[in-house]
Amino acid sequence: MILTLVLLPLLAGLAAFFLRHDGARRALLLLTAMGHSCLTALAWVQRPPAALDDWLLLDAPGLLFLSVTSGLFLMISIYALGYLRREDWGRREDFEEGFLFTNAREPSFTGCLLIFLGMMTLVTVSQHFGLLWVAVEATTLASAPLIYFHRHSRSLEATWKYIMICSVGIALALLGNFFLAVASTLGEREHVPLLLASLVGRAQSLHVLWFKAAFIFLLVGYGTKMGLAPMHTWLPDAHSESPSLVSALLSGALLNCAFLAIFRVQQVAVAAGEGQFGRDLLLGFGLLSMAVAAAFIVRQANFKRLLAYSSVEHMGILSLAMGLGGKADFGAMLHLVNHSLTKGMLFLVAGNILSFYRSKSTADVQGVTRMLPISGVLWVAGFFAITGSPPFGTFMSELVILKSALDQGRTVVAVAYLAILCVVFVGMGAIVLRMAQGMPRESAENSSGLREGAARLALSPWPGGESGLSFFPPMLLGAAALLLGLYVPPPLWRILGEAAQAVGVQ
Amino acid sequence: MNPTSFSLPLAAVVLAPLVPAVINRTKAWFAGRQGQPLLQGYYDLAKLMGKGAVYSRTTSWVFRAGPLVSLACVLTALAVLPLGGARPPLSFAGDPVLLLYLLGVARFFTISAAMDTGSAFEGMGASREAQFSALTEFTMLVSLAALVKLGHLPLPAGVEAGSPYSLQGIYASLTATMWMRYGTVLLLAATALMVAVLCENSRIPVDDPTTHLELTMIHEVMVLDHSGPDLAMIFYGAAMKLWILCALLAGLLIPMRSGNAWLDAGAVIGGIFLLAVAIGVIESCLARLRLLRVPQFLTGAGVLAIVALLLAFWV
Amino acid sequence: MALWLDTLVVLIILTNLKLLGSSRLRACIQVVAFQGILLSLVPMLAGAGHLTPRIVALALLTMTVKGVIFPWLLLRVLRTANVHREMEPFVSYTTSILVGVGLLAASVWMGRQLPLPVPSQSPLVVPLALFNTMVGLFVLVSRRKALTQVLGYLVMENGIYAFGLAFALEEPLLVELGTLLDVFMAVFIMGIMIFHINRELDHIDTDRLSVLKD
Repeated sequence: MILTLVLLPLLAGLAAFFLRHDGARRALLLLTAMGHSCLTALAWVQRPPAALDDWLLLDAPGLLFLSVTSGLFLMISIYALGYLRREDWGRREDFEEGFLFTNAREPSFTGCLLIFLGMMTLVTVSQHFGLLWVAVEATTLASAPLIYFHRHSRSLEATWKYIMICSVGIALALLGNFFLAVASTLGEREHVPLLLASLVGRAQSLHVLWFKAAFIFLLVGYGTKMGLAPMHTWLPDAHSESPSLVSALLSGALLNCAFLAIFRVQQVAVAAGEGQFGRDLLLGFGLLSMAVAAAFIVRQANFKRLLAYSSVEHMGILSLAMGLGGKADFGAMLHLVNHSLTKGMLFLVAGNILSFYRSKSTADVQGVTRMLPISGVLWVAGFFAITGSPPFGTFMSELVILKSALDQGRTVVAVAYLAILCVVFVGMGAIVLRMAQGMPRESAENSSGLREGAARLALSPWPGGESGLSFFPPMLLGAAALLLGLYVPPPLWRILGEAAQAVGVQ
Repeated sequence: MNPTSFSLPLAAVVLAPLVPAVINRTKAWFAGRQGQPLLQGYYDLAKLMGKGAVYSRTTSWVFRAGPLVSLACVLTALAVLPLGGARPPLSFAGDPVLLLYLLGVARFFTISAAMDTGSAFEGMGASREAQFSALTEFTMLVSLAALVKLGHLPLPAGVEAGSPYSLQGIYASLTATMWMRYGTVLLLAATALMVAVLCENSRIPVDDPTTHLELTMIHEVMVLDHSGPDLAMIFYGAAMKLWILCALLAGLLIPMRSGNAWLDAGAVIGGIFLLAVAIGVIESCLARLRLLRVPQFLTGAGVLAIVALLLAFWV
Repeated sequence: MALWLDTLVVLIILTNLKLLGSSRLRACIQVVAFQGILLSLVPMLAGAGHLTPRIVALALLTMTVKGVIFPWLLLRVLRTANVHREMEPFVSYTTSILVGVGLLAASVWMGRQLPLPVPSQSPLVVPLALFNTMVGLFVLVSRRKALTQVLGYLVMENGIYAFGLAFALEEPLLVELGTLLDVFMAVFIMGIMIFHINRELDHIDTDRLSVLKD
């Protein structure tokens, strides 16, 4: 069954490359996403048995990350139906610089999207550190063509930076893996297999010095992929230039996968009695990421980059929470779910705004609530959700983390954490609320775009003329984020606890 | 003090002019010519000694002292030069530095004498000589340092161990076992030393000893104004310097450490002549580098020497 | 055997220094290809004499991918992009070589801080991995051409791979193959990207890819 989970999207992705008919291919995308979600749901009812000599196993953290990925992907594939239908596939003008460009071919886009899902699934079920590495690198490679969907110089630049920086980072993680292999040497030509369970089980026999070196390399390597400062530089570029649904997937699922890799390493560190060493590093990276992100969020001129920096900030929060340990581990797990839901929603809404206003500039976009009533409301709600306002789930999780910091008596960390959250709230609020209110500005560049968008939307039966496919997915994601703030279902609660336990002090 | 140790400088004094002759014969053979007789160097020296010297009125005592001091320095350097495992008359910790600096003093006086003439060409040659030798001196020092760092294997019976920081100590330890164990490092050091030998003795690809164009000369242009016995001293000093540097390299390349000093020294002397043949082959096969490329070439040798030193720390 | 392995390691070190000092992209590609071939010999010599079919197969595969396919791919890119020299790198070639020597010293020092838990016959491999990683990173940041950056990535990968080949001999084959496949795909995609960059912008200077910034 685990194999099916991985192979289903992979095979569907390969098939998508060769399917000629647009309708069939889009149906395949949706069906695969639904099938994947159903399989994931089944795994909640009964955990699937291990496969491939215990290399593939779905434990609590894996199931949590897999569910987030799968759910988000389902929403995104629904959104993609509308997106792919309204994309203009011929040569068209870039709305920022005015040159002509084309899109990548739809089959390769859909194919890569599905393979990307397959590789992310593989990350969540890998128990072997080598396989985990292979899967994480494969997610980079599968997602690079997605970022280069709009074939113009800016997306090219973003893709180049993405693939270079991430590949180099991941290469460092590979060195970390080999260091881990050395650390697990028992004697002449014999060592503990790099399986999570055996490493955790025999963690006491690891060589401490080599393990620490391995930890640093793995943290820096996977941290690059996760978007921790100062290795985050690829992230805003890639998120702002890729299609919005890809940005949602990158932010809501891919960053989590890298986080899961770090999570696995920390599991071994805790078992080896080096948990505090790992936590200190995570705490430092977390605070730095939050601070850097906050600095760039304030007065950000591009709303997709704004969301990207917000992802850096939230990855910082996750890292910081792991670094605090104790109750905060639980907070980290909850926050991860909340962030994925909320950020997925925000990027999808940003896509709606972008396709209507044809501009990513926060100054050009005004009066969203007036022009796009549904997306406008979701945009504002998403802002409150992402900045951790009640009653959304993020409020809960951020509160848990804060409380844990105060309980541990780490006042300085708590104060810094709160201060950064406040700065982000004010900085984002100033931008998002200005975008939501007022009347759209008619300028020479965007007037034709606005008229065109209005004309197209007028055909739709929904208020403001929006298409159902473009606002239902973000609305559902938002509803889920709201629900988590009010009531966490007991099975989820159990899994969250179990996952947090994996890095808890034993 | 034993007789062998005094015969080492003696052999150098007698045999040194043969080395350039061997190089010339090799080059002649490659060019399909008969070549000079092997004893041509001795004939030239005798002829020049019989002539009088001409001194320009603009020169001072520096010009006359140049050849004399240079030759004296090179002859002194022979006192610490081991041939393979054979012990030189003098040996003490730090004598590699003495050897290199005696060569340095010789070079200083040659350069001063060249500048003393006030000729633009000779000044140019002097400046190039100074620049290039600054790079090679570093290379030689670092290569020798790498050898010092390596020399800690037990010696075969009969080989006299010196202080590990003396030339005698370094070369006594370069046995065949050493080559088996650290061949790579030794090869790197030897390559670096080879470049130093070529550069210090004004050989292709750094300098062309047979060139007739002053603009491209380095060493030859510095001695244009010397004549008679002074020139003889310069020729003899150059041959001696070639002998010394070849002996350093041959002692490294020929790991013959039987314990019998005569045998060891003989093997290295054979090695010196083999090296002379090798230099002749190199001169026949390679073209001279452009002057701008020479510093890069020498830096490359320096880098090899540093790599050898680092590896010596590592293994 | 140790002497041969040492020689191999020293040759790999020298290829790195050569790469730092070359301006012609074609020569750089050839140097990296040569390094790949040298690298594929590491497992044969590090395996303490017993050549299992697995090791031979891995060596042959590595040799094919790193010594034949990559250079072929990159030379093709070079031809289409019609760029032959790395003009004005951020750090000059002589300085680069000196930096390389400094990095070598640093990696030797670090290698000595991390003694292997099991005495290995190849103490050179840890510093080699560190050295290649650092040289790769240095090439990445000090050169302008996208192609040279790919070479930097490859050099870095090579060092890590050498380490893996020498120590993780018991690694399951699946992981090795997956790693190789990933690197292959990465280089393949980078090659395609360079092709697109050249077609779109008429140059492959990454320092001119600077539209996106805050």
